[in-house]
Amino acid sequence: MRPIRRIFIANRGEIAVRIIRTARALGIETVLGVSTADRESLGAKLATRAVVLGPGPSRDSYLRVDTVVQAALGTGCDAMHPGYGFLSENRDLAEACEKAGITFIGPSAANLEAVGDKLTARAHAVAAGVPLVPGGNASTLAEAEEVAARVGYPLLIKAVSGGGGKGMKRVDTPADLAPQLDLAMSEAAAAFGDDRVYLERFVTVGRHVEVQIISDGNTILHAGERDCSVQRRYQKVIEEAPAPGLSPDLRDGLLQAAISYARHIGYRSLGTVEFMVDVSRGTFYFLEMNARIQVEHPVTEAVTGLDLIAIQIAIAEGRALGLAQKDITQTGHAVECRLNAEDMAQDFRPCPGRVAHVWFPSLPGLRVDTHMAPGAMVPPHYDSLVAKLIAHAPSREGAISLMQQALTVMEMQGITTNSPLHRAIMADPDFAKGGVDTNYLAALLPKLTGGRT
Amino acid sequence: MLTRAEIDDILKLIDGSTFSELKLEMGDLKLELRKGPQAPAQPFPLGENTPAGGTPPVPKAVAAPVVASGGGAEIPAPLLGTFWHAPRPGADPFVKPGDVVTADTVIGIIEVMKLMNSVPAGIAGRVVEICAPNGELVEHGQTLIRIQP
Repeated sequence: MRPIRRIFIANRGEIAVRIIRTARALGIETVLGVSTADRESLGAKLATRAVVLGPGPSRDSYLRVDTVVQAALGTGCDAMHPGYGFLSENRDLAEACEKAGITFIGPSAANLEAVGDKLTARAHAVAAGVPLVPGGNASTLAEAEEVAARVGYPLLIKAVSGGGGKGMKRVDTPADLAPQLDLAMSEAAAAFGDDRVYLERFVTVGRHVEVQIISDGNTILHAGERDCSVQRRYQKVIEEAPAPGLSPDLRDGLLQAAISYARHIGYRSLGTVEFMVDVSRGTFYFLEMNARIQVEHPVTEAVTGLDLIAIQIAIAEGRALGLAQKDITQTGHAVECRLNAEDMAQDFRPCPGRVAHVWFPSLPGLRVDTHMAPGAMVPPHYDSLVAKLIAHAPSREGAISLMQQALTVMEMQGITTNSPLHRAIMADPDFAKGGVDTNYLAALLPKLTGGRT
Repeated sequence: MLTRAEIDDILKLIDGSTFSELKLEMGDLKLELRKGPQAPAQPFPLGENTPAGGTPPVPKAVAAPVVASGGGAEIPAPLLGTFWHAPRPGADPFVKPGDVVTADTVIGIIEVMKLMNSVPAGIAGRVVEICAPNGELVEHGQTLIRIQP
């Protein structure tokens, strides 16, 4: 057990403010490393102290492992919180912290390695008995037919040494298998000098559901699941907890699979195991594990009442969880909208700039995680997230209705945000029904923008 | 420009007032006046925030100039790290107030995780003041020394 007294925060934006909030509550001091572009940010003002790491571009400031560790040492910090993104899953940072005697508030370097590489992560899933998208290698038509019989149609043929869509073919019926296989193999040979291909089930209707894991290394618990199926170009836009309309069996299967995976790799810290739920087959597949706090963690906090950052800090200090699975209960439903500084009308172009005026109403059940304040700058160097609105109510309908009210009443002047998109989704009957898949938003957008995407 | 008599008048006004400090900027002119025996040196001038944790490592007070005209050009730290005045402990400092430097003169070293980065003056002139304390963390952009071109 090693109590933490001063945390260096190697991040920015709303998550820096979020970490400072819990640190203050725990009586822990914070030092925020900022770029010159974030010198006047809310996080810099709220932290016990802020130090400038370097210029605006992330590669010269937030992504410099050496600078971040030196800044932590130079300011007398005994712990490092990497937030999400940037260096949060960087093994070099975890290792450098260990060498410097700084407690890394996250998993071990070995844990990071186990989940960092896609192939390694998949190998662990197999070993842990966690389902992966069914598939197999094939070098002849006979082998391909054998795999196809097992995985079913539609399926994807992928080049083993491939990437970027080259040598990738979708096959919808058995009759198409032979010609598509030939094409895929010759494309693979031409592009990669290797004609080996891999066949894999194509999930036409899938939902993105993930499980929050909490582990002190001995006790491994889940804090329920989150549904993050409302995505645009693989970017999550809206998340909710619990996932609507999952059968109890499917949900339990997901939760147990996540725990099995975490246990198999000896995971210790907060983490999230992501799955693709195959809606038409009523089954699920492992996608990856994220070894960090997630952007969407507040929906879990809303329904469970847990402070995940506080738990993450306690685990890093070496404390035992002092919780059992039965102690984590869920109440009601929570929805999160990611408010981004981007212009829907111009293909979601990021809109950096200065916020003239910002105000969020104090509605019961509404939580706003933001680093915005009047006069705040949204610099052009980073992602465009400016606020997360989290609505929590006894029912899903109640949460959606609360979110609608929040979006209508709030004010954000000076920059363009995607707030109209959130209002449209909250008012959409398909979203209201619950359980939309990852194709949902791409199909909704043309209706909202009059044909343009 | 102010005449000597005018400055004397201002000094009298300050003396008779409750203010202990006056900063006046008019075009190129910068006038800084402080009352009392010894103005406190800026403790650990890193950003605007209070340094984390109890007592900050207050460096030995650098004699603050009572009247600094212009004050010279501020030479900023090109990167964050530990600022060293001398090439190794016990050695003479690279520069001290009064030294004449060229743009290429090394004025100090910034250490980032055992990597030593020498910092050139960047401009020619006479060193007015060493601002950043030896062996302490400097932020990106923090003033290291001041040079009168």
